[in-house]
Amino acid sequence: MAKVTMTVNGRKVAKECEDRTLLVHFIRENLGLTGTHVGCDTSQCGACVVHMDGKAVKSCSILAAQAAGSEILTIEGLAANGELHPVQAAFRQNHGLQCGFCTPGMVMTAVDMINRYGAVLDEKTVRENLEGNICRCTGYHNIVKAILAAATEMGAARQAAE
Amino acid sequence: MYETTYHRASSLAEAVRLRADSDEAKYLAGGMTLIPTMKQRLAAPSELVDLRHIAELRGIAVKGRRVRIGAGTPHNEVATSAAISAVCPALCHLAALIGDPLVRHMGTLGGSIANNDPAADYPAAMLGLDATIITDRREIPAGDFFTGLFETALEDGEIVVAATFEAPARAGYSKFANPASRFAMTGVFAAQAADGTVRVAVTGAGANGVFRHAGLEAALTRNWSPDVVSDVAVETGDLLSDLHGNADYRANLVKVMAKRAVATA
Ligand code: FES
Ligand code: FES
Repeated sequence: MAKVTMTVNGRKVAKECEDRTLLVHFIRENLGLTGTHVGCDTSQCGACVVHMDGKAVKSCSILAAQAAGSEILTIEGLAANGELHPVQAAFRQNHGLQCGFCTPGMVMTAVDMINRYGAVLDEKTVRENLEGNICRCTGYHNIVKAILAAATEMGAARQAAE
Repeated sequence: MYETTYHRASSLAEAVRLRADSDEAKYLAGGMTLIPTMKQRLAAPSELVDLRHIAELRGIAVKGRRVRIGAGTPHNEVATSAAISAVCPALCHLAALIGDPLVRHMGTLGGSIANNDPAADYPAAMLGLDATIITDRREIPAGDFFTGLFETALEDGEIVVAATFEAPARAGYSKFANPASRFAMTGVFAAQAADGTVRVAVTGAGANGVFRHAGLEAALTRNWSPDVVSDVAVETGDLLSDLHGNADYRANLVKVMAKRAVATA
């Protein structure tokens, strides 16, 4: 057993778990944050994406022990003061989800992408950067639309702030 | 996943010591192959020694045309490195094609070459660039490093510290990715050194892993042009045949990818 300490959505947490516990199971079972999903057994679907120290990663392919000491952001940590994050709002606005199973991972990947590219994001780049996220419902078009809309809006907001 | 015990090393010396404590131990770099393999119960190391927090393994240094990449550098950092892009953009292009963005945030150069998956991208770059692999005990030319399927010249407990190479005059990488796994069905890295000599390294196609193609090298050294590729014979004898494609198909891919690599260099 390992004592794993990390910061999750701004809150310090410390829990005992087995050394072989995957980060996704630590988040879901030890912390009770079930927004992060498990969609596959092969590291391909991206339903489990969280941010570790500011970078989008697959939490099903990382041990909780590897993530000890890091800052983790999950889907639950995005909305602030009861307001949806602009990416979440854009998914809703653009009908970027159907069953919603892939959505937490899609949104976390999208936020990471917008952090890296900013408002200059174009459709080709969005599609390339969705390589690690699989959706069985939407056919991706509305997901891409939502991410582009959010990138534009977040870029505009950033400009207004400067 | 079977049970395992996790250790985090903060220095190379500590990593070597932790690893020596058990013969069932394995080093863990980014874990993008090892953890999924353990999940499938295809690997079951009793101990894991995490190398991700060892400062000596991190970082990119470019001096003139000499490039040094720490083994613990994630693919994404290589893909977006302005310093590498200025002297060898083909390597950034190659790193940007590995897996997906989420994998590229974790996976490392050292992990990739130490694993030497026959369809991985980095082995082609190391061989094509005539890189030197620096370990905690010696320097190994890339030509001696990759010895077979998932086999390298690394001794028990030896750690890849960095890779260095002289940036070529020009280079290109082209890969035909498996549509499901994104591993290379065939990938070709072609590089022309300042003195005109050409190295062509092929990944994904060889039955024994990454290899250099003498015929393509000779033709491209005479004339660095995609047009000369058509006349080069690519033998099928040592090529891979599997459910994704037979040796004839891969032989053709080697030529098509070589043409594209040269055209984009
Ligand atoms: S659960 Fe499918 S990639 Fe992590
Ligand atoms: S909305 Fe159902 S899997 Fe994406």
